[in-house]
Amino acid sequence: MHLHHPHDGHGHGAPAPSGAAARRPDGTRRALRLGLGGPVGSGKTATVAALCRELRSELSLAVVTNDIYTREDAEFLLREAVLPPERITAVETGACPHTAIRDDISANLEAVEDLEDAVGPLDLVLLESGGDNLTATFSRGLVDAQIFVIDVAGGDDIPRKGGPGVTTADLLVVNKTDLAPYVGSDLDRMAADAKAQRGHLPVVFQSLREEAGVDRVAAWVRERLAAWRA
Amino acid sequence: MTRAALLLLADGRFPAGGHAHSGGAEAAVRAGLITDAASLEEFCRGRLHTSGLVAASLAAAAALGVDPGDLDAAADARTPSPALRAAARRLGRQLLRAARATWPCAGLDLLARRFPKGAHQPVVLGAVAQAAGLEPLDAAYCAAYESVGGPATATVRLLGLDPFDATGVLARLAPATDRVADRAVRAAREALDTGVDALPAASAPLLEISAEVHAARTGRLFAT
Amino acid sequence: MAGVTAGGGTAGVRAHARIEARPDGRGSTVLPVLAGEGPLALRRTRGTAGEARVTVVGAMSGPLGGDRFLLEADVAADARLGVGSAAATLALPGQGKDPARQETRLRVAAGAALRWEPEPLISVRGSDLELLTRAEVAEGGRLLLREELVLGRHAEPPGTLTSRLTLRVGGRLVLDQELACGPGAPGGWDGPAVLAGHRAVGQILLVDPAFAVRPPPSRLLGQAASLVALPGPAALITALAPDALRLRRLLEEALRATAGPAGDAEGG
Repeated sequence: MHLHHPHDGHGHGAPAPSGAAARRPDGTRRALRLGLGGPVGSGKTATVAALCRELRSELSLAVVTNDIYTREDAEFLLREAVLPPERITAVETGACPHTAIRDDISANLEAVEDLEDAVGPLDLVLLESGGDNLTATFSRGLVDAQIFVIDVAGGDDIPRKGGPGVTTADLLVVNKTDLAPYVGSDLDRMAADAKAQRGHLPVVFQSLREEAGVDRVAAWVRERLAAWRA
Repeated sequence: MTRAALLLLADGRFPAGGHAHSGGAEAAVRAGLITDAASLEEFCRGRLHTSGLVAASLAAAAALGVDPGDLDAAADARTPSPALRAAARRLGRQLLRAARATWPCAGLDLLARRFPKGAHQPVVLGAVAQAAGLEPLDAAYCAAYESVGGPATATVRLLGLDPFDATGVLARLAPATDRVADRAVRAAREALDTGVDALPAASAPLLEISAEVHAARTGRLFAT
Repeated sequence: MAGVTAGGGTAGVRAHARIEARPDGRGSTVLPVLAGEGPLALRRTRGTAGEARVTVVGAMSGPLGGDRFLLEADVAADARLGVGSAAATLALPGQGKDPARQETRLRVAAGAALRWEPEPLISVRGSDLELLTRAEVAEGGRLLLREELVLGRHAEPPGTLTSRLTLRVGGRLVLDQELACGPGAPGGWDGPAVLAGHRAVGQILLVDPAFAVRPPPSRLLGQAASLVALPGPAALITALAPDALRLRRLLEEALRATAGPAGDAEGG
């Protein structure tokens, strides 16, 4: 799998003004920050929930949601009890979720710092964007890598159409593959189009309703984490 | 000094978290008090002369070198709503983060160490203006303009108000914005000599009450 | 000290009233100083066990333009004082151009309690009044301070009114708040950010050492009244209403919602 090597920051002095610095003020390597973006209803929150259940026993992790209507995704994660409440926080985005993850990341950086203040050092922070359009991507000042989540029901031409999320995300997840026969989506065609758009960047087809569930995405996250710590 | 830094700092795109706040406009829209450009203008005028004037004075005083601890306490006393105090500190922290990356300097690092949970945004704004080589009057202008620019932008999103009409409102408020910035600087100079009690304390009861109404509401678009 | 002053073409009355409350050592409060003057006449009225009660009696109508009134109350350690007024105060137009000024200075010592509950101030058309209220409460003191401002008599446009209220607890500034309304006030005062057409605005300020341990949670009464904790052992009720009667009802309802002993004192 292709691994992007995150650049090293130069954090010193407390607390660091820049979100991209790779080390905490005390010199330790900070948590890996992964962004999950994608259109409304593609299964971002369900993927985050599944990742939390899969990884929570081996990692210290936390989630930041960016909702259009304040706390809806955070409330879902709290209800599902995928993590203790102090490990889930919501950023309010003022009707512009893509602004909060790309153009003005200050509130998200605050949220990550507050989480570490509250629960101690973290290994991994998952930042979920509010359901937005195909052009919404995370700033490199906020996340170290990003996952773009689409689903087969949203139309099997999305990979062909491309856009920054589909073409440049470090991992493309095509979700709800179990629905493909019902919505007439051609998975082979989606895979071929994605390959054409993304070159060597990885793509995972998944259905959270099947046995394997989020396994391959979780494996990708573990690889990123290993590289981050190396 | 470089005056161009003022454009950078006053630009709504400066990444300091302002986009998530409506300055009370969302609550006023929901209460049916802002329905069009005329009511937006009345709202903005009231905000400019109350919390706008207070913010401009705090910012000018911080830029003049009045102690930020005293100013932060003065801001607390002028902000009865806990929701607004919390938002002001959060925005102060976000602004400081953006400013330290933009204009790195020891003064801002010191401010961050002194207020790890954030100081009131106008106090940080004044310190940032100083770090960017701006004058107290520039800091006052930034704060005064922000006090009306935020609600105007938010109302465009909330009501689908014609953006040209919203911009027209801001243009009509320009003379009042000038007066507020001037008055803020005069008060700030007095505060430098006699203490922070010399700063204006103009309040807007409805902004204070509706900030609490808004904070208790689920399903809002803006944080304040 | 009362007298009519003339200067700069304006004339006004100056009046200074003082109250000092002190415990008598047997569980009651005595008033070694109870000095009214001119329009600020003071009467000792029936109090409750332990609390002395004073009523400000408006012997003359006022304040008029150019008048300067000063009311002072000092409550010594462990004393309890309640102050009210016999009727609403009318701010009236005067001869000169100078605004009238009414200043209130309250000092509450440790272990002391003051309830300052005057009737509303009504800003009559053509009047111009500055209200200044300064309360200084020592660490461990208790205060309930009510202020009700009514803009104009029935269906009358208001005069010009500015009010500034400051509270210090243990020397630390806790509240500094100014309100300006009526002709000549900065624009937007009656608009959707400030008063939105409401003709009565009021506050109850509460200081109680119990709030240091357990601050009252923020509470709303509809869309026009709130109770909030201030950054000190203090809380503030703010309410807007169409008229004085409904304002009083809102304030009292909000006060009942506070759990603190200051609220209890009001109830019993």
